[in-house]
Amino acid sequence: MAINEIQEEIISEFEVLQDDRESTIFYIMELGEKLPSMDEKDKIDINLIKGCQSKVWLITKIYDNNVYFRADSNTEITKGLISLLIRVFSGQDADDIMNANLFFIEKIGMHQMIGSQRSNGFASMIKQMKLFALTYRELNKHKKFNAHS
Amino acid sequence: MEDPVIQYSTRFDVQAIRSIFPLLDQEVNGYPLAYFDNAATTQKPVSVIEALHDYYTGYNSNIHRGIHALAEKATEAYEQTRLAIQEFINAPEKEEIIFTRGTTEGINLIASTYGKKFLKQHDEVIITGMEHHSNIVPWQMICDETGAVLKIVPVSVTGELEMDELENMISDNTKIVSVVFVSNTLGTINPVKEIIKKAHDAGAIVVLDAAQAMQHLDVDVRDLNCDFLAFSGHKMYGPTGVGVLYGKRKHLEAMPPYQGGGEMISEVTFEKTTYNDIPYKFEAGTPNIADVVALKEAVYFISNLGKQTIRTHEATLLAMATEGLKEIDTVKIYADHHHKVSVISFNIENMHPFDAGMLLDAKGIAVRTGHHCTQPLMARYGIEGTVRASFAVYNTLEEVDRLIKAVSRIATR
Repeated sequence: MAINEIQEEIISEFEVLQDDRESTIFYIMELGEKLPSMDEKDKIDINLIKGCQSKVWLITKIYDNNVYFRADSNTEITKGLISLLIRVFSGQDADDIMNANLFFIEKIGMHQMIGSQRSNGFASMIKQMKLFALTYRELNKHKKFNAHS
Repeated sequence: MEDPVIQYSTRFDVQAIRSIFPLLDQEVNGYPLAYFDNAATTQKPVSVIEALHDYYTGYNSNIHRGIHALAEKATEAYEQTRLAIQEFINAPEKEEIIFTRGTTEGINLIASTYGKKFLKQHDEVIITGMEHHSNIVPWQMICDETGAVLKIVPVSVTGELEMDELENMISDNTKIVSVVFVSNTLGTINPVKEIIKKAHDAGAIVVLDAAQAMQHLDVDVRDLNCDFLAFSGHKMYGPTGVGVLYGKRKHLEAMPPYQGGGEMISEVTFEKTTYNDIPYKFEAGTPNIADVVALKEAVYFISNLGKQTIRTHEATLLAMATEGLKEIDTVKIYADHHHKVSVISFNIENMHPFDAGMLLDAKGIAVRTGHHCTQPLMARYGIEGTVRASFAVYNTLEEVDRLIKAVSRIATR
């Protein structure tokens, strides 16, 4: 499914919650619980995202030229938030990730709900995921260039 | 400015108190605000807010050395607060009251002046395992600089100081003992008078971090016989950005200045500067005049109400919260003992304190979550943080009931 289609799907899921703050938080926590835990061996400092109040570990893998993410956090809400990003980004093309306009964030009222500190952390997660995509694309370009020369 | 409702009330009327705290009357996320983050900062009575307004609309002017009417009035108002603080803590002399930005600046001032002048290699500075970072880092910095050694009094599992350990630790090498009067994270009231006695017997001086004490406890520096006492205005119903450092005259006079600039000098030539007398030696530059002026109203608010009245009400709130939260199986309370001010730190099993805090916020309940700037204390309990509810004189039993119900709901979801 394309990035924008997934975003539309998330928006419609959140509409059911009718802006009820508590229900929305509980829902995000449920999403967090459903996100498979990361291997303990990957929960190391080098995989931590800087700029988050809670701990968020993020790793990436490439299959068939698409970028896949796995993440974990020590708080359920943060885990739920990153699970949304994983749903949107994981398995997508690097260019699509880099160029994605994440309109679902505003549509589901994320900033009002999670406050400025967690919003900054959320922005750091997005930045890190896009950075992984960029790194992969640049490496790939380099490989192609080397292969042709 | 004294509020007649408060001054003449013989019976404690929390609604009357609430009526002079305009901020409390609001909704958050569709619920009436229940503000339980008082150990971080208290709300301000209208007298404090009006004092700030009156200063800026009536007599804003730079203090001291001014010859005109406004400067006179501002200077007098500023110095009146010094007198009010002197009385509030029963300091022998008004010159022993130094205005700072807050507790943190007070402790940094002592470490960088007294510490720098008097600490040498192998001297020892003792702090405790329940200190706020602001009573850890300044001492680490000065110990690094001077070669002195920092020693830590351990905290028991019940959240109290291991006094036997302290006794063993104090020696002829001990030069400074710097202790938190009341733990910001646990609410524990430390036996500071006993600590001061022991330290003095060994020839050490004692610094008290009283940031969490002033709004609850009777603090009498003569009775305590502490050498220094630092606190903040904003945790005792006063404005942010202003604090007090009390120091015994003999120490303040022996200490070098903290910052150089205007106000702190007696005479400046390019060859040599002579310093002003205390307290001005430590008040370089234009001070935070407006907030110092308004701080006096916070002192009057507390004094008119009486700390005993405040404590009695807060103890009721704490007892209700403790009993209520204890009944929830998955809630763990830290420092459940009786030598406490109205602070309760807890965790809900399998839930990060951030998540619990956000869910409480969704119900209009403001608590603090995290390490509360006491990471070593968190490490002692092997946790990342806690949920902390801290009660002030304007909180109600109904609000505490809401907290218990909300925690119960979260814990059993």
